[in-house]
Formats: sequence, C-alpha cells, structure tokens
Amino acid sequence: MNILVCISLVPDTTSKIVVGADGKTINPQGVKFILNPYDEFAIEEGLQLKQKHGGTVTTVTVGPPTAKEILQRALAMGSDNAVLVNDSNCADSFAVASSIADLAKETSPDVIIFGRQSIDYDSLVLPGMVAEILGWPSVTMVSALTIEGTTVTAERDIDGGKESVTTTLPCVISAQKGLNEPRYPKLPDIMKAKSKPVAERTPSAAAARTAVVGMTLPDSKRLNKILGDSEADINELVRLLHEEAKVV
Amino acid sequence: MLLYLEPSSNGLKRSSLELITAARAVAGGSTITGLVIGATEEQLAVAGEYGLQECIVITGTTPQQAGNSNVAKIIADTATELGTKTVLFAANSTGKDVAPRTAVRLQAAIIPDCVELHGTTGAIEAVRPVFAGKAFQRLSSTTPTTVFTLRPNVFTAKKSDAPVQTAVRSKTVTIGADVRTTVVTNTTLNQGSLDVAEADIVVSGGRGLKAPEHFNLVEDLANALGGAVGASRAVVDAGWRPHREQVGQTGKTVSPTMYVACGISGAVQHLAGMSSSKIIVAINKDKDAPIFKVADYGIVGDVFDVLPKLTAKISALTSHN
Ligand SMILES: Cc1cc2nc3c(=O)[nH]c(=O)nc-3n(C[C@H](O)[C@H](O)[C@H](O)COP(=O)(O)OP(=O)(O)OC[C@H]3O[C@@H](n4cnc5c(N)ncnc54)[C@H](O)[C@@H]3O)c2cc1C
Repeated sequence: MNILVCISLVPDTTSKIVVGADGKTINPQGVKFILNPYDEFAIEEGLQLKQKHGGTVTTVTVGPPTAKEILQRALAMGSDNAVLVNDSNCADSFAVASSIADLAKETSPDVIIFGRQSIDYDSLVLPGMVAEILGWPSVTMVSALTIEGTTVTAERDIDGGKESVTTTLPCVISAQKGLNEPRYPKLPDIMKAKSKPVAERTPSAAAARTAVVGMTLPDSKRLNKILGDSEADINELVRLLHEEAKVV
Repeated sequence: MLLYLEPSSNGLKRSSLELITAARAVAGGSTITGLVIGATEEQLAVAGEYGLQECIVITGTTPQQAGNSNVAKIIADTATELGTKTVLFAANSTGKDVAPRTAVRLQAAIIPDCVELHGTTGAIEAVRPVFAGKAFQRLSSTTPTTVFTLRPNVFTAKKSDAPVQTAVRSKTVTIGADVRTTVVTNTTLNQGSLDVAEADIVVSGGRGLKAPEHFNLVEDLANALGGAVGASRAVVDAGWRPHREQVGQTGKTVSPTMYVACGISGAVQHLAGMSSSKIIVAINKDKDAPIFKVADYGIVGDVFDVLPKLTAKISALTSHN
C-alpha cells in the first residue's frame, strides 16, 4: 500500500501572536513552530497501515524550508520518504491543496491521510479539496479505520454522535484524536533521520483564490466583574446575569 | 445567494436559521434561496418568517445515501443553474465536510468558519478567528463565486421584520453508480442531552471538581440553566468525562450565549474552544487563574461551596418567571 501523509508546521498554541509589519500575517519572531498535533495521528495511522499491508509511507508538507524539521520527525517515527513542497507564502488553502493533488497525481498513492485540522488557520478544508480535485472519496474526522482489500470502513465523529462509513480505495482520510496512540521517535532514530534525504518540489501553479485584507488581535471587551464568594456576591452574580447580561 | 439548510425534528436546525439571518444582511436585494435535502412543508414553514424567499427541496435521496461528494455536486449544480455568487454553509460537521468539495466544483474560493460578513453578495469580506482565537483574519475572494461556512451560534437567528412566503419547489435527483461513500450507521451518542457545540448555554467543569462523582454539581447548574455539560481536557484525559464533552483546541469549539467555567484554570488550549462565547462566567478559588482575564463575571470561591448556592438561586429565579 502506497501511503501519503500530509503534515504542517504550526505555531505552538502557547506562543504569543504578534501581527507583522504588513498587517496581514504574523510576525514569526520569537514564535516556536511545531508539528501540528493532529498530524501525529495521521503519521501514526500511515505507519500502522504499512505494518499491516506493506508498502511505503511518504510524508509531505507544503511550507517554508524550516518545515524540514517536522519531516525529519516523521522520518524518525518511521516514514520512508519525505517531500518538501517549497512554498514560503502558502496562505491560501486552494494553492496548498493543488500542490498536494499534483504530487498525488504523479505518485498515485492508495490513501492520503491528513490530521483533522491544523491549529494555525483551522480551516479543515484540505482533505475535502484534495479529494474533490482528484475525484476521490473522502472521510473526515475519522476515529477508527479498517482497510480490507480495497474496502474502507471508517467511523467518523459528527455533531452529537458518530457515523460509520464505507468507501473504497483510493481515498482521503482525516485523522481525529483517538484514532491511535502516536509513537515517540527514539533518540537513535531522531539522529539517523537528520541525514535522510528530503526531496524538494516546487508548488503548484494554481493561483490563490482568497486574499488577506488584514489581521487584527482581538480587543478584549470582557467586563471582568470579579466578585467574592459571600451570599451577597452570589446574589449579585445572579442579578447581573438576569438584569445586565440577560442570559438567565 | 444559495444556503445549504438542514432539517431538524421540529423545523430547521438553528444553524440554518442563522444562515438565513446572516444572508439577509448581505443579500443587497438579490434572492435568498435555500437548498434542503428531504424536508416536509411543515419543516419549511418557519423559513419564511426568517426571510427565505425560495427553497429547493431535493427528493430521491438522503445525504447519508448520496455521500459527501454527491451532496457537493447537488449544491454546486444548483448554484451554477441559479448563477449564485455566494454559497453559505453552517460550519458544523456536515458543512465542514461538504463545503470544501462544493468550492472545488464551483472553482470558487472558500472562506471557512466566519464570524463576521461585510459588504454584499459578490463582494463580501469575511472575518474568521485564526491561531486558536488569538487573532482575526479578514479575507476577500478573488473568484466570481465564493463559499463561506459560518461558525454556529455567532450569527444570532432573528426573525425578519418583513416575513415572506417561501416559494418551495422540489427537484428529484437520481444518484447512479457514482456513490463513493455510504453511511451505514448513524448513532447519536448523547441522546436526550444537548451537544456542547450546539447548546445555547454550556457549563463546563475542570480538575477543580476533584473527582468524577462531583460532576453532579456541574450537571445540576447546567440543568437549572437549560444548558449542556462541557469539560476541560484534564478531566477527559483522566477518564472522568467523555471526549465528546471536551471543549478546546483538541475538543469542540463552542460559542454559546453563556459559558460557565467551573474549576477550570483557563489554559490557552481551553480558551481556543470557548473564547468566542458571548458571556463568560468563571468560578475558581484562585483569584489569579487565567480564566478570570477572559471572564465577564467571576466568583473567586470554592466550587463545592458556590455551585450548590448558585444553582439554587438560579432555579428559584427561573421558576418565578
Ligand atoms: C496540544 C494540546 C492540546 C490541548 N487541548 C486542550 C483542549 O482541547 N481542552 C482543554 O481544556 N485543554 C487542552 N489542553 C490542556 C490544557 O493545557 C490544560 O492542561 C487543561 O485545560 C487544564 O484543565 P483544567 O483547567 O481542568 O485543570 P487545571 O489546569 O489543573 O486547573 C484546575 C483549576 O481548578 C481550580 N480549583 C481547584 N480546586 C478548586 C475548587 N475547590 N474550587 C474552585 N476552583 C478550584 C484551580 O485553581 C485551577 O485553576 C491541551 C494541551 C496541549 C499541550
């Protein structure tokens, strides 16, 4: 089985976000970049599918050269190949989806696995877009997956419940937390991964379909009325919720 | 404008009514058309009160039968027929699944998870939270047609001052050999209780509750308020509460009218899931807990002491009204 895993480099959520001089992007100064947490489930699932069915796992990221770091982590976890689509300004999801679809057209994977969402732009649109460009089925938010022959059975999270879905290979999957328990790479493998090759590609020629008008930080308009725990304070909270906020 | 609407047991889902309300503000005189798969006339009765001028009811299939790619095709084909410039979805599990496919079919830009829409159809700019709510991005589209998904509970559903009679027409589609994914079973896990992502009021508990058996304090307040129970990751990881209740970056994103955090410290990953709530209330015994920085109202106190009193006072108030 030929498996393609798509991962992304994202700011750690504890990082402070500062808007850059252009007013449209973040200032990367002092921001710690990490492997998107959901993508660990995607890599692990790829590795487990390989263990069961044989084949190769290729991990790809569309991003700046500094994203090589997360490809090396995927290699250390057990990925066979790594591909960097060298694109430093990939703010538009359609451009990124096109780059991944281009690679898939050339390498014909049986399954493409994404993390459920990336924690930076939280768009959740790539799996569906890539599947539609390729004309493939897709199952998103997958919490359990089995593949027998070309038959795929997946359980996916939906609002207020779960759905069991069947489809066929080739297909696109997005991994929900709980799909598996991602492994930690071992130190010798981390060292070895540093000397493994990372193939580089140019991004798709597809033009972006959205334009950033601006980026702003939230203005905290919270009331911050903090009270004590006396009987009178609790009465006051109820009054405020009833009369001021009108939520009770 | 074309809106993908979803039926509920007693009409249309609230997120669908939110789409109609949001559409009114940006329609600029163009027709607001709904598309719904399998709805009865009774279910659609409410749509006119919200200003839905036209509705296309798809018959001959269900979303489960058709699968996400065929649902996207039905919507995209209809948008093309109508010459629609704007397609709206709710950013719920269906919208997130189907909207990206619809956008690719329409060669359209997609702007997901919007919390504000500005301008008029054909030239809408949308605002969406990014970096776990730590920044907002304002985007425009460079394509003639644009697909937007709207974050539930942000655009408040309001009836129109000028209600209309929705013109309903049905369209039968036949799904042939092109079924790519089939939904075999569909289970609602939390029958009878509200899903946190859809609830108007959410009361969440964290490690401050000390043990799973103390969550009745949180449940009691949620019941008194008519809300749903949520949880921090710490208590979900500890196995005290199911993952479906987890609020935050690796759980659900909620934006209820009121969010009550009980014994929750307010870690950034938790805030990522609830910071767009309209009113935030925090109860924590540590006056320096970060949750107070994002709270509208707070009580510095012990949950074991404060929650029963608060629940009793709220029950007394609501039973009077
Ligand atoms: C990649 C990643 C993703 C994450 N995703 C999420 C997520 O989706 N959701 C999430 O919630 N977290 C998430 N976390 C975890 C997050 O960082 C925090 O660890 C977690 O939110 C803490 O939960 P808590 O507030 O219940 O517990 P704690 O941080 O332990 O806070 C407990 C609070 O209770 C108060 N308290 C104690 N006793 C009492 C009492 N008797 N009365 C009143 N108050 C009391 C304390 O003062 C304290 O503020 C994530 C972390 C990482 C690294």
